[in-house]
Amino acid sequence: MIEMLIKNGFVFDPLNGINGEKMDIAIRNGKIVESVNDHKAKKIDATGLTVMPGAVDIHTHIAGGEVNTGRMIRPEDHIKDVVRKTALTRSGTGYSIPSTFVTGYRYSKMGYTTVMNPSMAPLGAKHTHEELNDIPLVDKASYPLIGDWWFVLEYLQKGDLEGCARHVAWMMETTKGYAIKIVNPGGLESWGFGGNVHSIDDQVPNFGITPREIVCGLAKVNKMLNLPHSIHLHTNNLGIPGNYVTTLDTMKALESVATDGRPVCHITHLQFSSFAGDSWGNMRSAAEEISKYINNHNHMTFDMGQIIFTDTTTMTADGPFEYTLYQLSGHKWVNSDVETETSGGIIPMRYKRTSAVNATQWSIGLELALLVEDPWKMFMTTDHPNAGPFFKYPKIIAWLTSRKARMATLKKCHKKAQRKSLLPSIKRELSLYELAIVTRAGQAKALGLKEKGHLGVGADADVAIYNINPEKLDIALKYKTARRAFGNAAYTIKDGKVVVKDGEVVQHVDGKTIWLDVKTTEQIKVDEEMKRKFKQYWTVEYDNYPVFDHYVKVPEAITIKASV
Amino acid sequence: MSVINSVTCPICGCLCDDIEVTVVNNEVVKIKNGCAVCEAKYMGYKSEHRIRQPLIRKEGKLVPVSMDEAIHKAGEILANANYPILYGWSSTNCEAQRVGVELAEEVGGVLDNTAVVCHGPSLMGTQEVGIPTSTLGQIRHRAEVIIYWGCDPWSAHPRHLERYTSFTEGRFEDSEWMAYINKVKAAAGKKKLASARRVETPKKAHDTVAESVVFNKPPEILQKEGRKLIVIDVRKSMSAEVADYFIQVQPNKDYELMQAMRALVRDEELDVDEVAGVPVEYLQEVVDVLVNCKFGIIFFGMGLTQSAGKFRNVEVAISLVRDLNMRTKFLIMPMRGHFNVTGANIVFAWQSGYAFGIDFSLGYPRYNPGETTSMDVLLRGESDAALVIASDPGATFPKRAIQSLVKHPLIVIDPHMNATAMLGDVVFPSAFVGIEAEGTAYRMDNVPLPLKKVVEPPKGILSDEEILKRILEEVRIIKSQKLNQKTEDA
Amino acid sequence: MQQKLHVTLLTGRTIEQGVGKEYGKSSPEYFAACSMVYMDAGDMKKLGVKNGTNVMVTTPNGSVVLRVVKYPRGATPGLIYIPYGPWANAVVSNATTSIGMPSFKGTPAEVEPAPDKPVLSMEELLRKEFGR
Repeated sequence: MIEMLIKNGFVFDPLNGINGEKMDIAIRNGKIVESVNDHKAKKIDATGLTVMPGAVDIHTHIAGGEVNTGRMIRPEDHIKDVVRKTALTRSGTGYSIPSTFVTGYRYSKMGYTTVMNPSMAPLGAKHTHEELNDIPLVDKASYPLIGDWWFVLEYLQKGDLEGCARHVAWMMETTKGYAIKIVNPGGLESWGFGGNVHSIDDQVPNFGITPREIVCGLAKVNKMLNLPHSIHLHTNNLGIPGNYVTTLDTMKALESVATDGRPVCHITHLQFSSFAGDSWGNMRSAAEEISKYINNHNHMTFDMGQIIFTDTTTMTADGPFEYTLYQLSGHKWVNSDVETETSGGIIPMRYKRTSAVNATQWSIGLELALLVEDPWKMFMTTDHPNAGPFFKYPKIIAWLTSRKARMATLKKCHKKAQRKSLLPSIKRELSLYELAIVTRAGQAKALGLKEKGHLGVGADADVAIYNINPEKLDIALKYKTARRAFGNAAYTIKDGKVVVKDGEVVQHVDGKTIWLDVKTTEQIKVDEEMKRKFKQYWTVEYDNYPVFDHYVKVPEAITIKASV
Repeated sequence: MSVINSVTCPICGCLCDDIEVTVVNNEVVKIKNGCAVCEAKYMGYKSEHRIRQPLIRKEGKLVPVSMDEAIHKAGEILANANYPILYGWSSTNCEAQRVGVELAEEVGGVLDNTAVVCHGPSLMGTQEVGIPTSTLGQIRHRAEVIIYWGCDPWSAHPRHLERYTSFTEGRFEDSEWMAYINKVKAAAGKKKLASARRVETPKKAHDTVAESVVFNKPPEILQKEGRKLIVIDVRKSMSAEVADYFIQVQPNKDYELMQAMRALVRDEELDVDEVAGVPVEYLQEVVDVLVNCKFGIIFFGMGLTQSAGKFRNVEVAISLVRDLNMRTKFLIMPMRGHFNVTGANIVFAWQSGYAFGIDFSLGYPRYNPGETTSMDVLLRGESDAALVIASDPGATFPKRAIQSLVKHPLIVIDPHMNATAMLGDVVFPSAFVGIEAEGTAYRMDNVPLPLKKVVEPPKGILSDEEILKRILEEVRIIKSQKLNQKTEDA
Repeated sequence: MQQKLHVTLLTGRTIEQGVGKEYGKSSPEYFAACSMVYMDAGDMKKLGVKNGTNVMVTTPNGSVVLRVVKYPRGATPGLIYIPYGPWANAVVSNATTSIGMPSFKGTPAEVEPAPDKPVLSMEELLRKEFGR
């Protein structure tokens, strides 16, 4: 029986309404408990320190075929960021696409304890899980890409929602996935022959269905399956000037999906979908229009996709979009279409302050976060590594909590972007409480992870302790100190064990892979149909397709009872 | 007797996973669906060339020893080496490859796999320009024009055409298998007719299936509906025989040919009449077929990676495909050789950041082809020990590299007494992955597949993974003993 | 009739080599598949060698005696093709041009008749080249 007591820290636990109260956190056997034996427990003196639940990242590309191809083609990205082997840790490399061990260490050093890999091609799911196994110190999960899967397109086109739901349940279990991921719905199948869709009502060639039908159909399917997270959506027309119209159309279309008070959809890296204007020359922010809609509707959640000015790598399942980036930049370009299922692309990208477009993009992310009033709706991410590497998160924390910080950066941006930016007129600075929401509580809630993102009794003992004394340090003023503090946790505790101390890894734990075991009523019929169709659709055998149990080193299966 | 279905064949990059294996009394007696090489492996692996127990070279001869003695010797060699090479990895499973990375990191050595003599240049090409590609099913479903450039699937990836390209049916394209059969019948028919009329057939080296396939102008057949197969090579390979059109390019001139095609794709005019031995007017016709098709794919092999230009050839081939994407949908894919060479690159990359030629001697991964690639380390004579596993550099490396390899202690892990094992100092017999040991492998298009265990290995024979783990453990013990000794002495 | 012919050396796979290696590198199948060289019929005539006799292939890196076989699919003047294996590697060029890959295809070579010289077995070849 391992007991721990975190004493006397300033606790921020929004899911339980605790806002900076000085209190003790008691841990026994990896869970938060009411109290422990004061004499026997290991004590951590958190006097003068900020105590938060371990951070949660709802969308970060860290494992799988696409991420790894990115690693393979960018040796120049690694050579500048090497990590030596120590007695306790393995060697590796960064920078924008770190090797797996380094990914775990760096997340943990910032106080992160749960990370979600948002794009998994089902055919390559074994690969994703093999890599997740090699990411230490954090719990993780992965979302299978289902939005352009032939079975989904065919069932939705027929109007058979129940059939679709059963097949999606099969896919979720087979790939050991956590949520329904949709990228540029309809666009990826079109890209199979080099095409794309340009509005949510375009017909997908050869399948007679529209993106609107795919998104709404899957949102309904999600409800029928009772999945803990809503559908996770990367919108059509991502990255194109003027695309905010498509984003608004999508959000409006989803109003028709009945909600039981919980969100029906999560739009990810919203910054990339909030462009106004009609060309790169007059491209500007649509954060005002988008945030206005969000402030008046409650059926969705979002994450930022905040730009960091640095050399990074874009990688998404949005094959046609990545090709557009290639046409713009001429940079090395990877395309990876996956039979029957999805697509993908990779391009290195450098975001510069001196580029009016990049600087505007940088501003958009922050405008969205600050103009959306309810922090439970808009979370902090960079869509790592697309808008920036994850270990630069402390910079974003500074921009969100300190007007001084973001104005200092704005002043170094292209003059055109400075003129267009809404930031000068925004005074809002997130408090520590709100910060805890956008980096942990809100994310965990949207994901439906009941034991994460909070420090109430029964929660997983995942705790982050930072060198910030809220009574003495004004993080809005001293943002550089705050940045350092959030980049090097005083303590990161995982499952009740201290894994990071003063920004250094001190213990190894494997972390669990969370997946959904979705139980529907007609499992067997689906298996039979799959076997028949397998040889036609895929080039692998039905028997060899699933992620077998031994592929997941430390599994945590959550049983879900579907309503079909 | 048991019949095992959906077995994944452990030989080439096709990684066919529809093999049916019949086992009686722990022996494979029948194979269904496999090609000639697959059958040879499953039926022939139990040859007399199997190593029965660990061996150590004593006074010039390899003598049987206990596993413990061999493990200790191997551990000593690696723990005491300054700059060892750990090479091979392509014919074993990902589980063993992972231990390999850990071992290389522990001993500060150079970790490299067979890609260095195969598609290493292709990986380097993608590091320059990226690669527009897909999984093989996309080809099966959509490909209208299929090009094999500098590779001979009929010889090296025998079921490639029938599983993934011309001779298989997809959602949007039909199989050309019947058309091929009819071609063969027609040629056979012609021969019969000719001999019946007792017409003097001119003494040719070999009667080809379709005569218009010889180095000649593009045939009418390239304008037909349905799949079209084009083979480009320096000599008429077996694959060229089944092609709709064969282009014979001069040796070491693929680079020029591809650059010429790029110009034509971009609607530029060429000032010359002929490039690399191919008339420009024929090239123009071929390029027209490429830009007007719905979906095309180029598969390429050693013809590009091993001839003059090497990774630059691959770079240009990829650039050609990038250019074609301005006009239509076109992709490119390397024909990976060993069944898990792709897996080795993938595992190395996710754990270290680099796919091959990784130097751990400074405590962190370093990659610089020409400096840290095992071939160059050997040619410069810089290594002082080596571990070779799941490969046969003794049969595949140039002479001078092997001479450097045998100058220093050589540990070999392999099921067969292959050329490298014959040259080794410590030899470990291991189980055949995909027959006697299970695990994961990656297909040439990066799709992961499970390998099955269909029979038990002979008594005392361990898997690669187990042997490596034991060597790693031994290395750590020896190193900590050395450290304790040092602190005691101090 | 020439005494020596200048050619370009290619090495690569054949299906027989693939099958042979699965039987084991010391097997007779492997020996038959790999200790041979394909030559153009016209070139063989120039050199005065018959199908199935022995020739010696020499490059700046070494020389090896092989059984010559007429290339069955069309003309390949000036090219010879040896399947991957220890015999090919006795003559293949090391030159990696600083990227780790030797020049397995496209090196200049010379071929001459060698009717009285034997083709070495793999054991004999390894012993000759490496002393083991």
